[in-house]
Amino acid sequence: MKSVKDLVKAHGSIILLRRSLSLTPRALAEKTITIREAITQAMDEEITRDDRVFLMGEEVAQYDGAYKMSKGLWKKHGDKRIVDTPITEMGFAGIATGAAMAGLRPICEFMTFNFSMQAIDHVINSAAKTYYMSSGKVKVPIVFRGPNGAAAGVAAQHSQDYSTWYSQCPGLKVIAPYSAEDCRGLLKAAVRDDDPVVFLENELIYGQQFPISDEALSADFVLPIGKGKIEREGKHVTLASYSIGIKICLEAAKELEQNGIDCEVINLRTLRPLDEDIIKTSVKKTHHLVTVEFGWPQCSIGAEIIARICESDAFDYLDAPPIRVTGADVPLAYAKTLEQNSMPQVPNVLKSVKKVLNK
Amino acid sequence: MNINTKIVLRLQPYGRHLLQKQLKQANSPVPLLVTSIREASSGAALEYDAPNAYKFHMLEKGPNTHVSCNREEGLDYYKKMQIVRRMEASANNMYKSKLIRGFCHLYSGQEAVCVGMKAAMDKNDSLITAYRAHGWTFMMGVPVTGVLAELTGRKSGCAEGRGGSMHMYAPNFYGGNGIVGAQVPLGAGVAFAHKYRGESNVCIALYGDGAANQGQVFEAYNMAKLWSLPCIFVCENNGYGMGTSSARASANPNFYKRCEYIPGIWVDGMDILAVREATRFAREWCTSGKGPMIMEMATYRYFGHSMSDPGTSYRTREEIQDVRKSRDPITSFREKLVQAKIATEDEFKAIDNDVKKIIEDAENHAQNDPELHVDELYSHVYSQPPPKFKIRGCDNFTFKEVSK
Repeated sequence: MKSVKDLVKAHGSIILLRRSLSLTPRALAEKTITIREAITQAMDEEITRDDRVFLMGEEVAQYDGAYKMSKGLWKKHGDKRIVDTPITEMGFAGIATGAAMAGLRPICEFMTFNFSMQAIDHVINSAAKTYYMSSGKVKVPIVFRGPNGAAAGVAAQHSQDYSTWYSQCPGLKVIAPYSAEDCRGLLKAAVRDDDPVVFLENELIYGQQFPISDEALSADFVLPIGKGKIEREGKHVTLASYSIGIKICLEAAKELEQNGIDCEVINLRTLRPLDEDIIKTSVKKTHHLVTVEFGWPQCSIGAEIIARICESDAFDYLDAPPIRVTGADVPLAYAKTLEQNSMPQVPNVLKSVKKVLNK
Repeated sequence: MNINTKIVLRLQPYGRHLLQKQLKQANSPVPLLVTSIREASSGAALEYDAPNAYKFHMLEKGPNTHVSCNREEGLDYYKKMQIVRRMEASANNMYKSKLIRGFCHLYSGQEAVCVGMKAAMDKNDSLITAYRAHGWTFMMGVPVTGVLAELTGRKSGCAEGRGGSMHMYAPNFYGGNGIVGAQVPLGAGVAFAHKYRGESNVCIALYGDGAANQGQVFEAYNMAKLWSLPCIFVCENNGYGMGTSSARASANPNFYKRCEYIPGIWVDGMDILAVREATRFAREWCTSGKGPMIMEMATYRYFGHSMSDPGTSYRTREEIQDVRKSRDPITSFREKLVQAKIATEDEFKAIDNDVKKIIEDAENHAQNDPELHVDELYSHVYSQPPPKFKIRGCDNFTFKEVSK
């Protein structure tokens, strides 16, 4: 019979932390955690593991995080490692980037990525380009993280999706996780990575429960940056998506199953560098492609994917033109019906799949 | 009419006001900004009083107005300032011969600031500046070849030609930054790292009178003060932000007073020993846990903002010549050393010849060394590229697999 001490030694502080954080009921059969818990744990573990890692942002310390993503961390790690900033994004993103240039490993939180626009010069010109401009002399091992894209009822200025803006820039790594396992493995990988990483979360699924394996809960669990995952195997059509887009892809796939349509859902996980091989392999198998994302259609991730497929030998395997499902090409409205119809829903995916399959 | 009045009347309105302002601040007639240079017995020190070299904001006492240096230091500072001056002259010529492209911002006239400040820095202190960076790059350890060959885009440049004029780096030197003002919060971040690691070092973050109005500068001031960061914010005020005088750009052109909660020192930036003394004071302040400090170096640039600016549409040639004649940091320091019998004119001529050779050798490399191979354009995008990482070139048939 293991004592509590032995249990803690075996699993680290994770179990106790989970107990103190968790307010949701557990399925008896398998372990589940929320995205929120996954991200908090990942940050906690990396801050514990490496002295150079620290978290900086608005309300991250004493408030436990605007979205409670850093709950308990300030109490555990103190002022030096969890740093509250004034509301000055350009200033603190610059300070975090300078600290990274000088050898620390900051996690710079933007309360939402909408506010990163105030600091975007530091993300691109100070962080992304410096390793190249200095010919390898100056590394910038920083992670910029926070919620990206639409929330609920927060209107246009608080709902923009920055996936394509950041993923366009060489020098950055851009990660857009979906599940709790994605968040744990990829955030830990991002912190350990020596290059600047933009880590795009989604607030709407922060509270969603996901099954998680023991392996994924271990302290050194990292996922490879730049590799996608087949979230659901299928043979009739490829749905390529990321982040919250996976949610509606999986829901659509379930419905389509009843119509005898078998969807393969690809979770890109990383937007830059993009795992085009996983998409090509899938398209060569299914011969049909629909991309799904919540961002605006012009210059979307879907546009990039389709261009790459058409430029490759996978084009010859297509039986229909590939098409996109995206957010509507408008700033986001506040009123509920308008908002809901400005963002992709399951019917958009169903319609698009049936169209490419000529059904 | 005495000579001073003559000078003042000949200038255009702004030029006259600038000179008057700088004179008023120095509180004594041109050219004598120092008093009583003592004739030293041979082998001893140059010492003098510079009572008007500083002004203070929120400080009860400041750096020593009695400044000195020994012979070795004097000759060393002179040589370094002369290297920077000649290096920039070489850059000017090479730019005109089209060997240097794009932007090129010259430091000529400001040498006392980079040489004087570096003389007070610890070897593990950090520094970051904007794009008028060639003098600083040299002082932070990059040989002249590394600077000139970077300007001409050759492999032997300090960034192998990838960065050019505005992006040169060295250990503890974070560039060379192209975006006006961005270097200031970055510098505060480097200071944050020093403090985080418990090091007793400072980061010096430089910016110009133009950049001094950037919002992010004030954001950096705020966090530096809140967190007591060992950061010295230094405004190199050369009177003009590109073509706009500081009076036309700043509601408050007293840059050392711009922050109501951080103490500041105005320094005569043309007096190298005053610069060194003030930097020692600021460094002592910051490393003793008192938080950040602001310095304003009153200096002057002889060339225009960059090589595409003749520099005479917003100021007169007379103004520029007057500063050269009466306040040049190099000739005035040399004169003091000669007057104090620390060194002879012949010794200075010998140093000048030495410097000439250094520059010529560097120019040789800058003009004849090869550029990087074109395949290198794909290198150093990531320090940790994923396995089998391919970078796309300009068409669908051009991809390069990189492992670094």
